Amino acid sequence: MISNKQVICDVLLQAAAADKDIVVLCSDSRGSGSMTEFAERFPAQFVEAGIAEQDLVGISAGLASCGKKVFAVSPASFLTSRSMEQIKVDVAYSHVNVKLIGVSGGISYGALGMTHHSVNDIAVIGSLPGMRVFLPADPGQTRCLMEALLQDNDPAYIRVGRNPVPALYGGGNVPFTLHKATVLQEGNDLAIIACGELANAALIAGRRLKGQGVSARVLDMYCVKPIDEEAVRKAARECRAIITLEEHVAWGGLGSCVAAIVCASHPCPVYSLYLPDSPVISGSQSQVLDYYGLNVEGVLQAASTLLKKVR
Amino acid sequence: MVFMSEKNPEIRSMERMANHIRQVVLDMIYYAKSGHIGGDFSEMELLTALYFKFLHFRPADTENPDRDRFVLSKGHCVEALYAILAEKGCFPKQDLKSCGSIGTPFIGHPNRVIPGVEMNTGSLGHGLSLGCGMALAARMDQRPYHTYVLMGDGELDEGSVWEAAMFAAHNRLDNLTAIVDCNGLQISGPTEKVLSPGNLPVRWNAIGWHVVELVHGNDMCAVCAAFEEALEENGKPTVILAHTMKGAGCPSIENRVEWHHRVPSQQEYELMKAELEEGASRL
Repeated sequence: MISNKQVICDVLLQAAAADKDIVVLCSDSRGSGSMTEFAERFPAQFVEAGIAEQDLVGISAGLASCGKKVFAVSPASFLTSRSMEQIKVDVAYSHVNVKLIGVSGGISYGALGMTHHSVNDIAVIGSLPGMRVFLPADPGQTRCLMEALLQDNDPAYIRVGRNPVPALYGGGNVPFTLHKATVLQEGNDLAIIACGELANAALIAGRRLKGQGVSARVLDMYCVKPIDEEAVRKAARECRAIITLEEHVAWGGLGSCVAAIVCASHPCPVYSLYLPDSPVISGSQSQVLDYYGLNVEGVLQAASTLLKKVR
Repeated sequence: MVFMSEKNPEIRSMERMANHIRQVVLDMIYYAKSGHIGGDFSEMELLTALYFKFLHFRPADTENPDRDRFVLSKGHCVEALYAILAEKGCFPKQDLKSCGSIGTPFIGHPNRVIPGVEMNTGSLGHGLSLGCGMALAARMDQRPYHTYVLMGDGELDEGSVWEAAMFAAHNRLDNLTAIVDCNGLQISGPTEKVLSPGNLPVRWNAIGWHVVELVHGNDMCAVCAAFEEALEENGKPTVILAHTMKGAGCPSIENRVEWHHRVPSQQEYELMKAELEEGASRL
């Protein structure tokens, strides 16, 4: 298993060799961002901003305004909080080609605590005009996403975790369409919509439900903004209920985006699984996710509750 | 100080231009009922010298990759920039009349949909980082352009300015010039009283910048000399600490904090117009 952030480095290493306009910036974060190899192999295309996230994003925007294809790599917690205004003004408002890579996102820093968690970044960055928000699920999808983003000139935020993650899409043939949800499993009783590394739990839960005779559709909504509205509407139209699953708080997250679309088109019950509106308990990432039911069991329990209601 | 009779025609011409732009800005703000006239006037000689002597950029080719870059980090003083870009021919002068009207692109802070405006600014403390990126891109691509960033002295309250200052010095960005419009006043009062910046030359110098103290920041001769010194320096970024006067050019508003963003009444407008015309007659 490898981490999604390592895949990002691998893709950029390959791309930078052929394109000198690719520039990577870090904020004393080349180690945590898995960018040490990039810094060593492409020193002329690597910029160290120091522990200065505001400056990191401003420099990135200045470089991009001169035609550079910029990847700013920093822990998601600091990147999306400390430099929020630079992202709003310098990147989103000026609309420059800066890809913000938030590493060790969500609660993947585990016991390091709330200072290091980024559980509101979907809401924060998604609220900015023109900013796209991606939470890839696994290494294969991360590679597809990065290769696609290398081809466009628009800003984006990509949040990945810290730890190695299992391959959700095996065999090297990853179904991927930029800005469109990936259907992991078809079904019409209920739909499970997940983003980020929790898509794996969603699929396992979906398979178990199928084994129990429940036809569960599983959608990997790796692109939360622009969200695949048609996929959500289709799920609402064809299924009796929807479960959402995310490593994020309720406000402005995947669940609230899905609920807004469902309410406006084909109302059906939406049961959202998310992190609490409080600092999370101390523990490793998996311990914390389990504690709050953001796991296979949590999805199964939600499915049981929902299906009783809609029968 | 250089006496009038000693001035070369180029300096005299730029002084006339600065006076003319002040009159345009006064009209823009009076009719739009919005703007930051005090800072527009304090930065006027700095902007005029840049755009009419030092900045290598062609109004008909504002996307040329080798153009010099200018970032107005004190974005609220945008009227002077808009008026100068119109004068340079980046867009028709009559477009300025849309200032203050609904849907105009000429909003109260720099808007890069307008030809000649490099980046959207307005939140203070952003411009120097942007300038660092532009200067770094020039070095990476071995392009000859120079990057200028104009900040206010109140803006130096922002911590992000100092992040960028450290970065520029650390990377020896000698193709970057920062200019600080030290008019000594910010919206709540004297800069020294709001948040004392300490000894600015010492601070910039300690980080690793070449410091040019421009004692008379509204004197065109002195301004040009400072820019020439900035271009000569090699191996360090340069900061020009330009000591200016808020509202410079109109004695009735000079050095008065309320003119940070006050809109003149008809009576005040007529007085300021007369002051500027009187100033023009001396040039």
